[in-house]
Amino acid sequence: MSFDFRELYQETILDHNKNPRNYRAIPDATHHLEGFNPLCGDRLHLYLRVENGVIKDASFEGQGCAISKSSASLLTATVKGKTVEEAERIFSRFHDLITSDINAEPDLKALGKLAVFAGVREFPARIKCAILPWHTFHAALQDKKNAVSTE
Amino acid sequence: MSLVVDIPRIISDMPRTELFDVDLIRKDFPILGTLIRGKPLVYLDNSATSQKPASVIDTLTRYYGFENSNIHRGVHYLSMQATEAYEEARSKVKEFINAPSEKEIIFTRGTTEGINLVARSYGRHHIQYGDEILISAMEHHSNIVPWQLTAEERGAVLKIIPMDENGELIMEEFERLLTDRVKMVAVVHVSNSLGTVNPVKKIVRMAHEKNIPVLVDGAQAVPHGAVDVQDLDCDFYAFSGHKMYAPTGVGVLYGKTQWLESLPPYQGGGDMIKSVTFEKTIYNDLPFKFEAGTPNISGGIALGAAIDYLNGIGMDKIKAYEHELLTYATSALSAIPGLKIIGTAKEKAGAISFVLDNVHPHDVGSFLDMEGIAIRTGHHCTQPVMHFFGIPATSRASLAFYNKKEEIDALDCVIRRVREVFE
Repeated sequence: MSFDFRELYQETILDHNKNPRNYRAIPDATHHLEGFNPLCGDRLHLYLRVENGVIKDASFEGQGCAISKSSASLLTATVKGKTVEEAERIFSRFHDLITSDINAEPDLKALGKLAVFAGVREFPARIKCAILPWHTFHAALQDKKNAVSTE
Repeated sequence: MSLVVDIPRIISDMPRTELFDVDLIRKDFPILGTLIRGKPLVYLDNSATSQKPASVIDTLTRYYGFENSNIHRGVHYLSMQATEAYEEARSKVKEFINAPSEKEIIFTRGTTEGINLVARSYGRHHIQYGDEILISAMEHHSNIVPWQLTAEERGAVLKIIPMDENGELIMEEFERLLTDRVKMVAVVHVSNSLGTVNPVKKIVRMAHEKNIPVLVDGAQAVPHGAVDVQDLDCDFYAFSGHKMYAPTGVGVLYGKTQWLESLPPYQGGGDMIKSVTFEKTIYNDLPFKFEAGTPNISGGIALGAAIDYLNGIGMDKIKAYEHELLTYATSALSAIPGLKIIGTAKEKAGAISFVLDNVHPHDVGSFLDMEGIAIRTGHHCTQPVMHFFGIPATSRASLAFYNKKEEIDALDCVIRRVREVFE
């Protein structure tokens, strides 16, 4: 089977890579954590401002590949305004999507824009890139202090 | 009759690489005929591991199909045959690197184990509190961590020979670091992430003037040109089978007899002993003293087959052809806007590392993968090299003699497309 690069690098991913949303620090963040992928040396800092169980602001900074950068960008855009419970549910759905079998048919509709990462399943080496921001997000909400690592 | 006499003269007048029929050679490697994601495989990850010729694969199949037996212990036919084949492979290795004796050829699992063997055994015997171990700024983790472990255990200090922005060792600094406190110099022959060929012979000569032994990590050197350990005069030389067209799990440590005799064993077990009582064990002679347990017999024999294969082509021809290919690839990639080659030493072999403006190496790697082109992306087990250049990772295309200019063209073309997509 021949493969087209757009199956991995969908337009949304390329767009968020080039123009990452919420690419900044949050000075009064209630949660801040670093995510690290030792395999490629990528690091990202995730910031959240949570008030009364609602994620009022979300942002990130750092270096990474197009997959991890766009995943972080889409994460911040997705969770902003959601309750912590809603956001955790999205994390769980995203996790299931990324780690599901390539032939499985996940509920792409429920994932909204995040569905663009479905193609990553074809490239097991890149799954960690897509999931790192989400693991960092999840750990930050648990008030973990140590950097999250993919390894 | 005259025709037969004439042929050698005509051939010797031709440039060497013209004798090199890469299309014919490619037929020896079954994997090179396969499709990846529907596209012909372009394998440019040879520094990670090389592909195997059919003769090596056949050797493994034949061994397990018809010759399998344990060595050095049986009186039965198969065991004697296997022992003979394994020891014959040792002789081939000895010839291949021009070692003086088979006793100095120790079979290991690979380069990493060879270096660990020396770091442990030499360290325990010859490195004391306050001593120094010198390694270079471009070492693979496998020539850093074993020495860190030894330094920690012995209370010794690890010092680093620095390099410049081209990825060449600064020899004046090396000279300055060669003090009486130094008890070992461990350097890489050819850098896996930069491609730099280090002046190993000179390094050995300088160290020996101060009676300091030198270990050379030859993992990336042995596949790319003839290595003569007597000419280099190094004390230890470690390399891997799988990077020189043999299977994984087998490697070689060459060591000078005087050192190997003086070092304690690395591991204890069967085969490395002459006699064992609960009170005392008499160790076996070299090289068996350093080969505890049943070794990778099939791997060793197949390493012999790989050496036969390489000798059939000729290491000089391989070196000349690969040099031509590396020059071609360097000039092609250099012409790509926004591409920067990392590692621009005057003398290079095997690998070209590069970074591309605004495109992460992982994206370059995945994009190439979709076109059936295999390269390595990441830190290449040389994180200090990445720190030195201030980058998290590079993309690395690494060559073998079965690669073609057309494959470099394909690489060139796809990298240019990557740039457009990420523009």
